[in-house]
Amino acid sequence: MIMRIIFPALVLLAAINPLFFPQWDAFLTIVFAKALPVIGIILLLQAGQVSFGHAMFFAVGAYCAGFVGRWMGGGGEIVILLVAALGASVVAGLFVGIFVVRYRYIFFAMLNLAFSMVLFSLLEKFIHITGGSDGFRIARPTFFGQQLSRSDFELGVYYLALVLLVVSIYGVWRLLDSPIGHALKAIKTNETRVEYLGISPRRTLLIGYVVSAVLAGVGGAMVGVFQGIATPDYAYWTRSGEFVFVAILGGAGHVTGALAGSYVFEFIRVTAAAYLGDTWQLTLGVVLLGIILFAPSGIVGSLIKLGNRVRGVKEKRSQSSIGKAGEIA
Amino acid sequence: MTALLSARDIEIRFGGVVAADGIALDVFEGDNLAIIGPNGAGKTTFLNICTGYLAPQAGRVTFKGSDLLGQSPRAITRLGIARAFQIPQLFAEQTVLENMLLAAASRAGRLAPFSRLADIPEREDAEAILHQVGCSDVKERMASELPEGKRKLVDIALALALKPTVLLMDEPTSGVASSEKFAIMDTLIGALRAQHVTSVFVEHDMEMVSRYANRVAVWSTGRIQKEGAPAEVLSDPEVIRTVIGG
Repeated sequence: MIMRIIFPALVLLAAINPLFFPQWDAFLTIVFAKALPVIGIILLLQAGQVSFGHAMFFAVGAYCAGFVGRWMGGGGEIVILLVAALGASVVAGLFVGIFVVRYRYIFFAMLNLAFSMVLFSLLEKFIHITGGSDGFRIARPTFFGQQLSRSDFELGVYYLALVLLVVSIYGVWRLLDSPIGHALKAIKTNETRVEYLGISPRRTLLIGYVVSAVLAGVGGAMVGVFQGIATPDYAYWTRSGEFVFVAILGGAGHVTGALAGSYVFEFIRVTAAAYLGDTWQLTLGVVLLGIILFAPSGIVGSLIKLGNRVRGVKEKRSQSSIGKAGEIA
Repeated sequence: MTALLSARDIEIRFGGVVAADGIALDVFEGDNLAIIGPNGAGKTTFLNICTGYLAPQAGRVTFKGSDLLGQSPRAITRLGIARAFQIPQLFAEQTVLENMLLAAASRAGRLAPFSRLADIPEREDAEAILHQVGCSDVKERMASELPEGKRKLVDIALALALKPTVLLMDEPTSGVASSEKFAIMDTLIGALRAQHVTSVFVEHDMEMVSRYANRVAVWSTGRIQKEGAPAEVLSDPEVIRTVIGG
């Protein structure tokens, strides 16, 4: 239902949106790009693991795009920047993954956090390479070989972000339905038995981890290119926390939760910042509290439940909640 | 006749508890070997050692002549030794069929990222095994929702889906309603025979042992106290005293 009707309909709306509400383009570009790392977080949550360090791959993607753009001169070409960011996050994901997949739960979360904070410090301290806390300027690259004006470029990035989002959501959805995806989910409930089926839990988790790192890296490159800058904050732990927050907000039981969460998160941030001044964090906190207390399966999870109730379907899946996301429709 | 699975001089102790002190045990092709013994004697420990979950302090375990010790449960599973558990070990948040398909996919080496698990060619096989153990009716249910007896059977079905050469079972029918026990064991043993699976089962129920085992080994105080045909072993006065009670 979600993947056949609702998601395609939303994508269609997003595709025609620039014709009617071009003032939303920038907002939605950020929503789409920042949903990518959240898809990665949701993927890892299927295996019962939470990473509080995925911002490191977000930063790897953004800085990589910046470095490659500068190296190519004049900002480079966006396709090459994205491919480079993808490659860099595969390498970084493998490197960090080999260490972290040996651990579970709080140790997994904290080890990720530790790695990300190491990267944060390096980005801050190596001022002559990274620009330190001022950040690294990312010049506007060419767009599929075309030198575009700023507004055309932003429209191009909007559609590119939308395409990447659709490919990622569909890809991860398929992945979760594949044997390897089911093995990931099995790690969450009974890792011993996974081993006794002849499947390596570590290898399975490593595959999931690298995929999630790539999603975060590509998302970071898109945000960096769009905003024209990468800063060490991209790797800071609060950003990792934000990804987890958004995953829970949207619903960690379904890949589209990443889009729903990202949209609502950015919407609250923008409107609360406009109307409530500096209290937008307070607003977000209250929203998170509400979600955890009243809708632990997030926005998408609650919609699925509501849909089931309307259609009178008896709940087939077990009750899902945070850290126990069972709902895969 | 050479043994399929062979343990020699196994020693293992947990603190002061001696679970195995020079265990020697052979499993031959086509065996339905029952291991009986007092609680806490080390019977489950033996299954743990054979499947690489625990390493003994001394001894050797070979399977078709090659050494098993030092190998991971995963590697041993791939060699063809599957295990069913005393307390069912299922993937609670997946359906029974998904549980089975994952086992079948692993056995067939189909862990590709973009094929659908539900479409693997081994599906028919997996469903047939579920049918054999009488669990077809619950295949779409979440594993966590099953009653204990069914969980136990699905646990065995998972091991069978791996198409093992040897199946190690830990009290296969404990938790199953006693009215269904024999019917289930009849089909299970029939299935094992049809698929030429050699089996070892740890058992407390002497009636099960006498009906389904072709050989019995009595595990007591870290040693194999007696080994042989069920009729002979179960009537041994020493065995009656230490294991069966009487």
